[in-house]
Amino acid sequence: MAKQHITTTINGEETEYLCEPQETLLDVLRDQVGLTGTKEGCSSGDCGACSVMLDGRLVCSCLVLGVEAEGKTVETIEGMADGDELHPLQQKFLEEAALQCGFCTPGVLIAAKALLDINNDPTETEVRYWLAGNLCRCTGYDKIIRAVMDTAADMRGA
Amino acid sequence: MNEQPKQFKWVGTRTIRPDGVDKVTGRAMYGADLTLPGMLEGKVVRSPHAHARIISIDTSKAEALKGVKAVVTAADMPEAESKLVAAGEAMINFRDLAENVIARQKVLYAGHTVAAVAATTNDIAERAAALIKVEYEVLPHVIDVLDAMKDDAPVLHDHIFTGGVKPKPEKASNVANRVEFALGDVDAGFAQADIVIERNFTTEPVHQGYIEPHAVVADMGQDGKVDVWCSSQGHFMVRSFCAGLLKIEMSKIKVTAAEIGGGFGGKTTVYLEPLAIMLSHKAGRPVRMVMSREEVFRASGPTSGAAMTIKIGATKDGRITAGDATLYFQAGAFPGSPVGPAAMTAFAPYDLENVRVVGFDVVSNRQKVVAYRAPGAPISEYGVESVVDELAEKLGIDPIEFRAKNGAREGTKAAYGVTFGTIGMQETLEAAKATEHYKIPLGPNQGRGVATGFWFNIGGESCAGIRINEDGTVSLTEGSPDIGGSRASMAIMAAEVLGIDVTKVKPSVVDTDAIGYHFVTGGSRVTFATGMAVVDAAKAAVDELRARAAKIWGVDVDGVVWEDGHAKPASTNVGDFEPMSLAALAAVANKTGGPISGHADINAKGAGPGFGTHICDVEVDPETGFVTVLRYTAVQDVGRAIHPGYVEGQLQGGAAQGIGWALNEAYMYDKDGKLENAGFLDYRVPVASDLPMIDAILVEIPNPTHPFGVRGVGEVPIIPPLAAVNNAVAAATGVRFTALPLSPPAILAGMSAKD
Repeated sequence: MAKQHITTTINGEETEYLCEPQETLLDVLRDQVGLTGTKEGCSSGDCGACSVMLDGRLVCSCLVLGVEAEGKTVETIEGMADGDELHPLQQKFLEEAALQCGFCTPGVLIAAKALLDINNDPTETEVRYWLAGNLCRCTGYDKIIRAVMDTAADMRGA
Repeated sequence: MNEQPKQFKWVGTRTIRPDGVDKVTGRAMYGADLTLPGMLEGKVVRSPHAHARIISIDTSKAEALKGVKAVVTAADMPEAESKLVAAGEAMINFRDLAENVIARQKVLYAGHTVAAVAATTNDIAERAAALIKVEYEVLPHVIDVLDAMKDDAPVLHDHIFTGGVKPKPEKASNVANRVEFALGDVDAGFAQADIVIERNFTTEPVHQGYIEPHAVVADMGQDGKVDVWCSSQGHFMVRSFCAGLLKIEMSKIKVTAAEIGGGFGGKTTVYLEPLAIMLSHKAGRPVRMVMSREEVFRASGPTSGAAMTIKIGATKDGRITAGDATLYFQAGAFPGSPVGPAAMTAFAPYDLENVRVVGFDVVSNRQKVVAYRAPGAPISEYGVESVVDELAEKLGIDPIEFRAKNGAREGTKAAYGVTFGTIGMQETLEAAKATEHYKIPLGPNQGRGVATGFWFNIGGESCAGIRINEDGTVSLTEGSPDIGGSRASMAIMAAEVLGIDVTKVKPSVVDTDAIGYHFVTGGSRVTFATGMAVVDAAKAAVDELRARAAKIWGVDVDGVVWEDGHAKPASTNVGDFEPMSLAALAAVANKTGGPISGHADINAKGAGPGFGTHICDVEVDPETGFVTVLRYTAVQDVGRAIHPGYVEGQLQGGAAQGIGWALNEAYMYDKDGKLENAGFLDYRVPVASDLPMIDAILVEIPNPTHPFGVRGVGEVPIIPPLAAVNNAVAAATGVRFTALPLSPPAILAGMSAKD
């Protein structure tokens, strides 16, 4: 089948690419657009390392086809900081050592931001269930959960 | 001698890790993130059978497919010689390593590599892999460790005769080796006991579960020079193994360590790297290979499953008189399970007069096991700590007190031969007992469990370079892949010695051409051993800085001291000179002798043993058997925490992995010997909603052999959770379970058997 021509908006920038109909958004982001911050951990929607926002909705980009991004907006980890200004979640993850190997971190940050965008005062249980789709094998989640809750507290106070 | 803590400016502080911004912005480059011009994508063809003879491999259809540039089978690989080499913390036969990378005559597990292909796209490579026709003669297989030891079991290797027994057996066997460690007289010890408990335990194989699949990019030039970029726990290990397997001179292979997305021991060997180099050689182009998650589960990791018998005797007043253990460990398809360290660590937390541990290393038709965080110790210590807990309960003694009464101290001789120096076993027990957690009242169906754990920790080869740049900043080079924040620790230690701001030190993990040999990132050795090299290199740089100041002042170098990042006259007798900062000395280096640097190439000795004690509270649902972990505390002697945040992270992460091992994780096989749960949906590692906060309590008993007192910390924390959870479940249910994982059906069955 012929490649499809897709026009989409990625991190605020209009982007065009050609992709095979069966190619996932994850593969397109990594191999064609050159945004390798979005990680592949399982390709089955179980680990959350490939989390991105698609039209404001949190998705596993391995479960979305590249062609589905036509006319939509995609937000990835590369678009999270504002220039040199880190997002408060990014800053808090660094201050509180909420990452070890860092491989799950982009997906966790995207998912955590999606939570704080709709709930600026989540309980620990809410954070844990919201992030239950983002596997981390290094941290035992403790510092991740605290960093998300502390960021929320800071943002409420700001 | 240790430095005095009050002097520290950076050691013990929570600095921002130097690689941090890259990792929260997506800029950090991991194994699969590199793309080279003209790069091909490689895929592996794997055996669908657990045990089969390879009759023929026909690659012609694959090679004819448009876009396919190379196909590799065992026929393309040099024959490997039989010799033992260090693989992570265990030894492996090089011929076995070669056959694990690609099968020669037989496939020994479902998932065993038989061929590899490189093509212009992933899609074409996958289609080509499907076109490679392998004809097999399927052989009977064996999965379980006890089944594999039976006389009528299918024998995997006709050249394996059980080692460690006399006389040498006449018949080939799946039992590759027998090990034994003993102290005193266990029979006499049991004769003195008022109570003896003996239990049989089983554990299942569990995977390290790193989120980043194995990935490599290899590029071999026409002059035979090779560039490798990969995610591993040791790029020097990758160089050494690839050189040996492919018969290439080491100096021709340059391996660059990508950022590594978790390893936990599972990336201390090679799978794809030699294949990618051979494919690149044949195709004349760079080749990238990335495992799928299913391949990670079927063909990499895990650690052993095991069966074991643990017998311990004690007097009425709570003194253990003897401990006896027999361990049967699955090695997978080739010898080399961690039964040795499991046997050595089994009773190591205790000061015992009479100990015997016998272990068997048994092959079966599963993938070759590889190191997983304190290899072997979580398994044997799970059995021992479960029986110790039962003894304490039967004797009516508090489980922490019982452990303290029998616990190792400075001067205790362990059964594996070592007499402990300065250790923190007793201190971790005291700290655990003093926690609020240990005093919180429990409700119905709730239970509290305690367990302790021991791991050796290791040193080994490490190197470091400190270069003082012209502007007074410092470039720090070393070669230990940073798996959990070690560059932060290296920068802290260098800044402490140099007396400059930590942000002025930029640490880098450099390639195999740029620095000397490093043993793998494993054995909890990096902050200890590579840290020691960094301190030595920084001290050498300080000596050079002092010499430069002495030259400028026209005094003897002994007359110059280094304080707070400045050269100063040692006393008024030397003369009245204004202190010179590191930056000031760097600025005039060209006039005082040229570039200023310090280097160290060491083989670090004296790693301090690590002990930890964990407390776990659970609630067991009597209707479903589901276990909820309510509270968890991990206490550990960490020597000295260079960066406390990342040390706590080791304790928390290790505890979480241990909880997963205890409650959820297991390899499950069908009757054909094929793994049934090769994905994160069915192989369930703990997710955020499965766990409570994990309180990490750092006890600091400095290791006297490290300049800052560092002990390894990464491995101990995965040891206690298995028994801590098991003991908590026993307290909640009144049932002493003896098999992991503690799945809801297993718990319900145990509870109904009690009723």
